[in-house]
Amino acid sequence: MDGDPRPPGFGLGAAALGQLMPMYLWLDAGCRICGIGPTMRKLLGDAVLGQTLDSVFVLRVPRRADHAGALLRAQRLLMKLRDPPGTAFKGTAVPLSGPEGVLVNLSFGYAVREAVRDHELSATDFAPTDLAIELLYLHEAKRAVMGEVTRMADRLQGAKARAEAQAVTDALTGLGNRRAMEMTLEKLLQSGQGFALLHLDLDYFKQVNDTLGHAAGDHVLCETAARLRASVRGDDLVTRVGGDEFVILLAGVHDPAPLRRVGAQILRRMSGPITFQDQPCRVAISIGAVLRQPGEAIVGDALLARADAALYASKKAGRARLSLGLPDGSAQDMVSECDLDAGEAP
Amino acid sequence: MHGLVNKSLQTFLVDTFGMAAWQEIAHRSGVAQALGPDGFESMQIYDDSLTEALVDAAVAVLHCPRDSLLEDMGTYLVSNERMEPLRRLLRFGGVSFTDFLFSLDELQGRSRLAVPDFTMPDLTLEEGGLGQFTLVCRGGLAGFGHVMVGILRALADDYGALAVLDLGAAAPGEERIVIEVHDPAFHVGRRFDLAAETR
Repeated sequence: MDGDPRPPGFGLGAAALGQLMPMYLWLDAGCRICGIGPTMRKLLGDAVLGQTLDSVFVLRVPRRADHAGALLRAQRLLMKLRDPPGTAFKGTAVPLSGPEGVLVNLSFGYAVREAVRDHELSATDFAPTDLAIELLYLHEAKRAVMGEVTRMADRLQGAKARAEAQAVTDALTGLGNRRAMEMTLEKLLQSGQGFALLHLDLDYFKQVNDTLGHAAGDHVLCETAARLRASVRGDDLVTRVGGDEFVILLAGVHDPAPLRRVGAQILRRMSGPITFQDQPCRVAISIGAVLRQPGEAIVGDALLARADAALYASKKAGRARLSLGLPDGSAQDMVSECDLDAGEAP
Repeated sequence: MHGLVNKSLQTFLVDTFGMAAWQEIAHRSGVAQALGPDGFESMQIYDDSLTEALVDAAVAVLHCPRDSLLEDMGTYLVSNERMEPLRRLLRFGGVSFTDFLFSLDELQGRSRLAVPDFTMPDLTLEEGGLGQFTLVCRGGLAGFGHVMVGILRALADDYGALAVLDLGAAAPGEERIVIEVHDPAFHVGRRFDLAAETR
């Protein structure tokens, strides 16, 4: 300077400049670092003084900067630290009016959170006018609010699943209800696979209700439900479709032999006594079954009607038995409780 | 009243006094009947009368004065681990307790930035002598001043400041909190990393 007339402009001390822009770099005409702001010093240390910009940063925009003019021509600077953690910066360069060289102001941009964490920065490392703190605040506020919304969505999802399960469940026995039966029947019919449908009816149930009371009746229904469940495979559907009526769907069963085995199993389990408060509850079960062959074209109502006719045949033939409904509307006696007494294999 | 306030109140009551007490309060206030067993959702708006009924029921069931219940709630909001996100959001307000006090004027704007439909009571900080302030609260739940005293006491501790707070004479529609900061750096306080990983 030495008495040289200075171009018009104004000067700032390093401390004042550092307060306004704590991340400034002062570079000479050859892009050598002559001075840095206090936050930059925290990031880089004093050792970078005297080094070239290129040796400390990987330049992205502009690609090269051997002299200050290259920085001035770029509208916006993009660079990152050569050393880990490779913090990214964006910035802008302006010419100095006094000494030759440029003043570069840098900021973290979107990577501010990572930079703050990596370099353990605090609020005082940013200019009070910098919106970095507000950005960090907003990030956390957004996360907190998103967390609340996510938790609420989870609760609603759980409530929805519970409501859906309740809508297809019989409250007394825990079996599926008529809706569950209809939905599964429709699914089986559409899939084209073979299956068996068993329509079951408790005989003498009304007498139990009338003589021993509704609690006894409820007990009989729950006990029957448990015995039916125990008689079939885990993923077979057992439903209670009416007061003392049940429907069982056995996917993949379309031959008389396995149907007969399941029928025998049910009759055997149901032949055991049911007692309520030491009172025997005498009931029997009648079963009408139908088989749907793979690919057979038939609607659910027709299948149910055929099973109903077979159930009626079972009742007429003396109860505690299973009849198979045939396509021509007739029914075939398949197994009865008496057969079991005569040595029917379980 | 915003669900955030109601849900915080619910969480405070459950955490502090137990589920059985909460259920009795929820029943007596009509919250259980109106909202079901889960109570409040934080991102919904509820009628103010429901919040008033809840506070009244809590006072009746817990046999404790309304003022101290509300102040305990304020303390809970800052110092309970479950409320860590809120403590952090408040700590963004300033680098020291005094700095934070000056940021209270902006608290309304800051909370709107986070949750646009959330309305805070209007807060104005008046400066007295050195380290002496009066915070004027207008609007909001009756007794909000007590909640604010609880929040500020807990935050002073969080920052490590030695401060004395008292609720001054209230005028209709406003409550005044008298604050004396004796030593902003009395002890170390709790750590606050700007970019800490929170759950």
